[in-house]
Amino acid sequence: MQQNYHKNLKATKSAPLTYFTADANLNALLTVFVLLAVVCAIAFGSAMYSGANLQSMAFQIPEFGFVALGMMLAFLVGGIDLSIVANACLSGIIAAFILTGQWLPGMSDEWRIAVAVCSALGLSTLMGLFNGLLIATCAVSSLIATLGTMTLYSGIGMALTGGRSVVGFPETFTAGGIATVGGVPLIFLAFIVVLAAMALLLERTGGGRKLYLFGGNPVAALFSGISNFRMNVITFTASGFLAGLSGLTIIMRVNSAKVGYGDAYVFQALIVCVIAGIHPAGGRGKVIGIGITTVLMQMAASAFTIMQLSPYTTKLIWGLMLVLVLGLTRDGKRLLQLVRAPLKQRHLAPSVEAESADFLTKRNSLEDSEASITTTGAPYSAVNGQQEIDGKRAVLPKVNDKA
Amino acid sequence: MQEQDSKATSAPCRDLKGRPLLVEAIGITKTFGGFTALDDINLMFKGGEIHCLAGENGSGKSTLVKIISGAYTPDKGSIVINGKSYSALNPAQSMAEGIQVIYQDLALFEHMSVAENIALGRLRENDQRLINWKKVDAIAQAQLERIGVQLDLRQELREASISTKQLVAICRALAMDAKVLFMDEPTTALSGREVDRLLEVMADLKKSGLAVIFISHKLDEVFRIANVVTVFRDGRKIGDFPSGDLNARRLSYYMTGKEISYPKYQRVSTKQESFVEIHGLCKKNMYQDINLSVRPGDIMGCIGLLGSGRTELALSLFGLNPPDGGDIIINGHKTSINSPSAAMEAGIALLPEDRSTEGLFLERSVAVNATAAIIDKLCHGWFKCFDFRRERECARQDICDINIKTTSEQKLAGELSGGNQQKVVLAKWLATKPRLFIMDNPTVGIDIGSKAEIYETAQSLARRDMAVLLLSDEVEELTANCNRIAIFARGRIIEILDEKRLADPHIGSYITKVVAAGRRLDDVVSASADANMQQIATVVTVDAPLRDTKESGVCK
Repeated sequence: MQQNYHKNLKATKSAPLTYFTADANLNALLTVFVLLAVVCAIAFGSAMYSGANLQSMAFQIPEFGFVALGMMLAFLVGGIDLSIVANACLSGIIAAFILTGQWLPGMSDEWRIAVAVCSALGLSTLMGLFNGLLIATCAVSSLIATLGTMTLYSGIGMALTGGRSVVGFPETFTAGGIATVGGVPLIFLAFIVVLAAMALLLERTGGGRKLYLFGGNPVAALFSGISNFRMNVITFTASGFLAGLSGLTIIMRVNSAKVGYGDAYVFQALIVCVIAGIHPAGGRGKVIGIGITTVLMQMAASAFTIMQLSPYTTKLIWGLMLVLVLGLTRDGKRLLQLVRAPLKQRHLAPSVEAESADFLTKRNSLEDSEASITTTGAPYSAVNGQQEIDGKRAVLPKVNDKA
Repeated sequence: MQEQDSKATSAPCRDLKGRPLLVEAIGITKTFGGFTALDDINLMFKGGEIHCLAGENGSGKSTLVKIISGAYTPDKGSIVINGKSYSALNPAQSMAEGIQVIYQDLALFEHMSVAENIALGRLRENDQRLINWKKVDAIAQAQLERIGVQLDLRQELREASISTKQLVAICRALAMDAKVLFMDEPTTALSGREVDRLLEVMADLKKSGLAVIFISHKLDEVFRIANVVTVFRDGRKIGDFPSGDLNARRLSYYMTGKEISYPKYQRVSTKQESFVEIHGLCKKNMYQDINLSVRPGDIMGCIGLLGSGRTELALSLFGLNPPDGGDIIINGHKTSINSPSAAMEAGIALLPEDRSTEGLFLERSVAVNATAAIIDKLCHGWFKCFDFRRERECARQDICDINIKTTSEQKLAGELSGGNQQKVVLAKWLATKPRLFIMDNPTVGIDIGSKAEIYETAQSLARRDMAVLLLSDEVEELTANCNRIAIFARGRIIEILDEKRLADPHIGSYITKVVAAGRRLDDVVSASADANMQQIATVVTVDAPLRDTKESGVCK
């Protein structure tokens, strides 16, 4: 029976992966998104969907979106990165010093911008690497490690600036913050590119698969030859790089750098990750969820602005949203299962169904025949794979999306 | 067959000896969705008896326990406890009737002391607002005396051994005034001597009039301790058998519905040079001066008590426990293995002891699990693009090859039964095409059918020149599957038995004695003459031609 192990595997027909239908959380998210979009259309109409408002939303999304993506990476390995915003601010400040000519004076504007961007990204990546090494070598929880580095990084920023803003960038640099391509802000396009690249890296490459496995069960990952050390370091380094992108976007848009800018983003990023279905325990969640959720949050924020709610009410609604989503992920899954059961049959690409059905009937029929022969005379067959159910498993509502 | 049918349908007899009848299940039926987990079960548990529930995973044993303990409500039927009839119990009623269940994971408070764990359930039941520490100690001490065991009351439970925890769980149940005690696989994590101690305690409990219901996959323990064995298969009761009427062969037949035989592994490989040679390997406080060599086609058994250095050595070979000194020579080259990936590169695979935490990603699919160790091989192009199609093909190949019973390769690994989970871990490692496969207790908590398939897989791999290191606590498992056995004690290999020695039919009892004594026994003759150990049936043969048909039909 084992003769086949070392043979080359023969190709069978493959079916396209059903990306959206496979994920209950993504379905829920899309539903909420569509609902909000419709409600906004009815309630605010052109105030929400005017070109100007859409554009202003697109300008605001990236700086926060990068932070959320970095937080997502940390969430995927079951950790948290509190230092993202402090990292973004510090790398922004470094870039600002170079841009204003306070450091490395005597360069042309173009050179200065190039050096500033490179050093900001390089430094933020290094700060991320430091986080990763701290977590991987000292076996500290990422919560403690990044709480420490958060304070450290903003402390360095404070020492460098004395708490003052660094202002006076070359115009070519700040122009990037307001540039549009066909009406779409350049920084928004950059965000989409990074989002897509991350989605590809995480969900379509071997490295991404390892990251998900490591996040889901680090011990089993270790026993499967996946280096825990490397995974932690890579994750937090990447998170640092994203912080650098966020820092650059911020200083580009506000034309100044200052410690403490965007501090609220840390907790908003946590909310976004939870809503996006990135499981805090690690190993679950999709990049596209972050994309949808950041847009969703921006739309909600925009709606708040249109309704002229005070900032205090806004915070209250954010909090409410988080509590709601946490509740929904606990009990909503069962609800969703009920709603999705009839939908799923239509959604699944027929080829997938047909193929797996084909495969399994073949297998089971063979198994049945085997069972009936080997167990001749015995009253009940214990061989049929279909009947294998443990009482404990059967009574729990299945959280299995593919079922 | 006739005999079996009549037993299966016979009504529960009355208690002739006039002993108090404690718990009776009448016509219990339970379905989950469309699946019948229990079908019209009639069963009686009597005081002063050890009653064993036997059956493969998923045969309905645990469902029955959960119905009697009040965790599930039966669809039909009733439970009669001391003459009181219940159509459904809730957990509080069940406890009030003296029914206590010790689950496999024990559910103790790890951060609390022995005394607290034993007494707190009782204090809570008495609705005490404040904790009287003297009373806690008194209750704990009283229960420990009941089972005749001395434990340090102040010891924190997370520092205690599993066997101590097991005893604490029993004492907690006793403190709650247990009359009927269910124990779900209590011996799985225990070593030989600890099992003996536990079985003694169970026998004492029986003498004091409790009904002890014992669920175990280990047939030798079943025969040693049980008065009555009830066999379940696919949610039905096959019958109640006095344990004296059964032997291992018949019991496994009733459980699986398959005929059992014992093929013994014979090395066929002609290669004489070792794949792995270990010279003077040592690690402080773990093992010293280990010398071992494994040839391709060898199944080298490793046996020894907990802490004998066996598992530690296995981890060292897999790069998870770097040794302090000595050499590991692989294929003639001195190799330092300092990480699992280095071990994998050297052609070493490890099936870990604890499949649910170390072996599997329970929340991921069978396909993801089966390919977890070959992710890099499934990537192509400069972008390291992951090939989902090949992943699926590999998984399906595995499902066919080692007969993983699942409805789809997309099913979550956590939803499979224990045996099939273990096969997934096996598949994961076989995909790396290892040359040395270390299996650390591969059949713990696994039903007989899957056990046999795992043995069969290991043997057929060894026949094709894979070296296997089989770590196990079960002597029968080793004598059936190994062509050489190394006995570990206190961090050293005290004896290596070769093929000639293993041909001795009484070698099993000799190994048991050496392991227990922790030293070489010179008087081999008298040791083997004293062989009265029951040799246990472990291996199922499935008709080979059928396998071939299946392969050509689906897998090719």
